[in-house]
Amino acid sequence: MIANPDIWPIIIGLGIGTYLIRLSFFGIIGDRPIPLWFERALKYVGVAILPGLIAPWVLWPDATNGEPDPARLAAAFVALAVGLLTRNVLWAILAGFGTLYLFIFVVV
Amino acid sequence: MSNDLATFKSGIKMGMRDAAPFILVVAPFGLLFGVIGTEAGLNLLETMTMTVLVIAGAAQFTAVALWEENAPTVVVLLTALAVNLRMAMYSAALVKHLRGTPRALRFFVGYSMVDQNFALLDAKAAATPDSTWQFRFGYFHGAFFVMSPFWYSFTYIGAVFGGQIPPEYAIDFALPITFLALIGPMLRTVPHYVAAFCSVVFALLLNSVPYGLGLLMAAVLAIICASATEVWLERRGQ
Repeated sequence: MIANPDIWPIIIGLGIGTYLIRLSFFGIIGDRPIPLWFERALKYVGVAILPGLIAPWVLWPDATNGEPDPARLAAAFVALAVGLLTRNVLWAILAGFGTLYLFIFVVV
Repeated sequence: MSNDLATFKSGIKMGMRDAAPFILVVAPFGLLFGVIGTEAGLNLLETMTMTVLVIAGAAQFTAVALWEENAPTVVVLLTALAVNLRMAMYSAALVKHLRGTPRALRFFVGYSMVDQNFALLDAKAAATPDSTWQFRFGYFHGAFFVMSPFWYSFTYIGAVFGGQIPPEYAIDFALPITFLALIGPMLRTVPHYVAAFCSVVFALLLNSVPYGLGLLMAAVLAIICASATEVWLERRGQ
């Protein structure tokens, strides 16, 4: 078992950092024009990180020792598709889990 | 003065009413964080401190996932905070929506801003352009107060009972499913699709870059590609 680094600096740092981000313009910087390139970057930052974060887990899950797994691939596809079609996070999560368990408990 | 207090209170009430349906989203999401935090090896105190201190689901999931993969603390923080940068955009919008709010009250927003109450206020401000900051500040926080207890309590339930879920339920995959479910609704325009696509391609190509830095590099490249696409589409449209 590999020891993970201490989680407390992450908890505290994330707490303080998130507080400062929320306060940024409203409480600290105020009503100053935002450079256009920065406004663009803010718009895309979420969608630029999350897909890259999960891509390796979807393609090479640890639970199957890095072998692509049909149940997980199908669940991933359905969660994304339902999220796109319904624009509803909760439905997408439920559909993803539904597909995962359908494959694990029924198909296999 | 008493009139201001009355508008503030009516704002609180209306915010609570309008945000009540979001409880259905916040509760399961909190439950999932409790389960995933426990699965990743956080104890109850660590899970609950993070959830109460940060109250930002996507960033918390990101931090826990990278921590579990042994990424250095600095990289975990940079990546998770980048996920939260969208709230700087909200913050800029609040300068206009909550104009007139005294400085001392502004510090509450550093804690109480979440996706849902921002979206509600954004819509409310557009619908009632003449409403006062007292009403709007109350509305924003009424929405927060009705949701946050469910976020805390369901994280707690998930953290306490999450460890009892048997391995065949593939709870390891709860995190990818959650993120994929979040990504779908984010894809609103062509540049958003470009960002997501580039993020995946670059993250896979840079997967072997040490210290988890590959993901941050991929994110920067994806942002550049998306911005370039936006500029290109604008020019073509003119």
